[in-house]
Amino acid sequence: MSLNDLWFLLIAVLFTGFFFLEGFDFGVGMATGLVPRNDQQKRLMINTIGPFWDANEVWLITAAGAMFAAFPHWYATMFSGYYLVFVLILLGLILRGVSFEFRGKAEGKWWTGTWDACILLGSFLPPMLFGMAFAALVKGVPIQQNMDLKAGFSDVFNGYTVWIGLTVVGMCLMHGLTFISLRTIGEVRDRARVIASKFLPILGVLLAGMVVWTYVATDFFVRRGPYMYAAVAVGIIAYVLAWYFLKQRREGWAFGMTGAIILLTFVSLFVGLFPRFMVSSINSAFDLTIYNASSSHYTLKAMTIVAATLLPFVLAYQAWSYFVFHKRLSEKDHLEY
Amino acid sequence: MDVLELARLQFATTTILHFVYVPISIGLSLLVAIMETMYVIKKNDLYKKMAQFWGTFLLINFAVGVVTGILQEFQFGMNWSDFSRFVGDVFGTPLAIEALLAFFLESTFIGLWVFGWERLSKAVHLTCMWLVSIGTMLSALWILSANSFMQRPVGYEIHNGRAEMKDFFALLTNEQLLWEFPHTLFAAIATGAFLVAGISAWKLMHKKNLDFFKPSFKVSIIVALISSMLIPMFGHGQAQYLVETQPMKMAASEALWENSGDPAPWTVVAWIDPEKKENSFEFKLPYLLSLLSYNKLSGAVLGMNELQAQYEKAYGPGNYIPPVRTTFWSFRIMIATGCAMIVLALYGAYLTFRKKLEGSHRWFFRLMMLGISLPFIGNTAGWIMTEVGRQPWTVFGLLQTKDSVSPTVVAGEVLFSLISFTALYLILTGVLAFLFVRTARKGPDIESHQETVIHDPFAQGGDTIVFK
Repeated sequence: MSLNDLWFLLIAVLFTGFFFLEGFDFGVGMATGLVPRNDQQKRLMINTIGPFWDANEVWLITAAGAMFAAFPHWYATMFSGYYLVFVLILLGLILRGVSFEFRGKAEGKWWTGTWDACILLGSFLPPMLFGMAFAALVKGVPIQQNMDLKAGFSDVFNGYTVWIGLTVVGMCLMHGLTFISLRTIGEVRDRARVIASKFLPILGVLLAGMVVWTYVATDFFVRRGPYMYAAVAVGIIAYVLAWYFLKQRREGWAFGMTGAIILLTFVSLFVGLFPRFMVSSINSAFDLTIYNASSSHYTLKAMTIVAATLLPFVLAYQAWSYFVFHKRLSEKDHLEY
Repeated sequence: MDVLELARLQFATTTILHFVYVPISIGLSLLVAIMETMYVIKKNDLYKKMAQFWGTFLLINFAVGVVTGILQEFQFGMNWSDFSRFVGDVFGTPLAIEALLAFFLESTFIGLWVFGWERLSKAVHLTCMWLVSIGTMLSALWILSANSFMQRPVGYEIHNGRAEMKDFFALLTNEQLLWEFPHTLFAAIATGAFLVAGISAWKLMHKKNLDFFKPSFKVSIIVALISSMLIPMFGHGQAQYLVETQPMKMAASEALWENSGDPAPWTVVAWIDPEKKENSFEFKLPYLLSLLSYNKLSGAVLGMNELQAQYEKAYGPGNYIPPVRTTFWSFRIMIATGCAMIVLALYGAYLTFRKKLEGSHRWFFRLMMLGISLPFIGNTAGWIMTEVGRQPWTVFGLLQTKDSVSPTVVAGEVLFSLISFTALYLILTGVLAFLFVRTARKGPDIESHQETVIHDPFAQGGDTIVFK
């Protein structure tokens, strides 16, 4: 495996990890509009992700940093090419991040209502827009010979990208609902589980549509047929098991299954892309790949040494933080937010 | 305005506002860590209350600092894609390491700190805050190592039309960084210290919770004194280094058009006319610029006209003189705030240790409250001097600002993002100020938290067991 391959893998892991982890806290954010019957229950839900959401978001920041360092052309092309998409993603992330902290720091209907709305919007926009952006780069965007990209409105906003965006939103919402039912006791836990069961068929339609449309619109199944069929098969099993475990009230396992669906989706994205980052709709010779977009060998080597040294610690203390807060919360607990 | 101007304006606005929150986080997390350390050592609940009360400010600010930081990272790719392509090989690495080493540390352990008071032992909980504090400092180190590369590129070679890294350790031992990092770090620590001291002074003036705010004032004024004394020490070193590596920035910050002559006098104020390339009025102190530049009473400093001729020879025709007025005045504003900080901190420390604080007159407390603004003005002026003074370069001697901007982005897009981010940042700053005042007004929570009930999903009995 060359260093270029390795860094493709690492960035794929970072994005996949981001959607697995921040996926559930996006979901919890969206679910604050569905599950709670009163303010105390809403606070309880926000507290379930309290210790985690910030570190989860750093997965995205690290992914972007790694793109900048290892594949600067990918970073430059994608961020300038999808300009307005990223403006909206950032506005969403900014509003959402401060809302958690601000919400509980003062009182008043207007105050709480404003930050609640920001949590909803900020939890919906990023997964929706990231879904659309990734779908667009898979389907192909007009990247020119010099790697510059000017994505037009219809390149990013079309049937396929919107469907994928909604599917990512659906996956996150589902993942968030199972997380809430795993992390709470009492009415919130039951409601989250019931709503998750009701939402599951809708997610099923979204996922099925994603598979079929990807089959038609992209070269994924042609290039990586065996893998893609296997991923679909495993995905169906995970989906059925998610339904089964919800019914059995085994929330830990249900959470594992909704996570597996996210993992399969994003792993498939990167398997289908490899060794490309972005597909050019003008000419496949203009595709951004792990070879033409990368940093020098020296930089990749330096980065590899740094990452190999630091990553074990990072993963260890993050895992520890989940262990520290593994206990379920109830409305009677002391809530920070 | 064209894309370039809009992108520059956006970078300036978002960076200046982001750098309002960052120093507060760096300074406050250190102070909170010190207070909690005193709690663990002295076993006095007062210090726990202090850590929690000032921790609230830290958390409000931390959230804003983190989210505005994400934009900083994305902005290079969005607005400055040609810059990113040119320096990504070198510049991206410190950014990636910053995320991996610093951001994960800060964000994970701040979560553990906030939610962990009842779940972690005292020592572990304290360690969490120290790790947050170290994380904020490491973050500054890596972002400044990237910035230092822009001031003085080292450890690279030009290959394939871009700067490629040749020596990773050269980035970390860049002498520019060795001056810039401690200078900025102590300015950040002073920012947090003056904030705590100023709010404490406000409460002391109103004679509220004296038992709480007197020790708060004491801790913060000691930190304020030490840090504000160290800032000019490293700043002086940085200025001397500037004379060697970026003489044009030095000349501009002195409004020195012609060579100074030997010995060089220091210009206190000047009326600058950049069109005619002269100053219509100057007030100078003899010898001082020689002393500042070389630590001795002799030595000449090159002027802008001479340097312009040299740069044209080296880099081709063009205007290499940065905006002189901005550079000159931001330098002086920075120095003035730095001096005022030292005076305030000295007097505050004198009152504290002579136990004269209580009898103090209102004017001193009012000055301390005003003093909260000093580090912010100084920080902003310092950054403006350092970044504007480097123009027309983004990477000194290698890449000009006009060649750094994204070629595909149109003015309307940048205008949209400029307006929305500026508006949002101003709203956030307003909310932050409102919450700061509100929290300060409310004062510390003297009653302790009630014990919390913990439900264990793995325990047998009451609840359904999750994993079977």
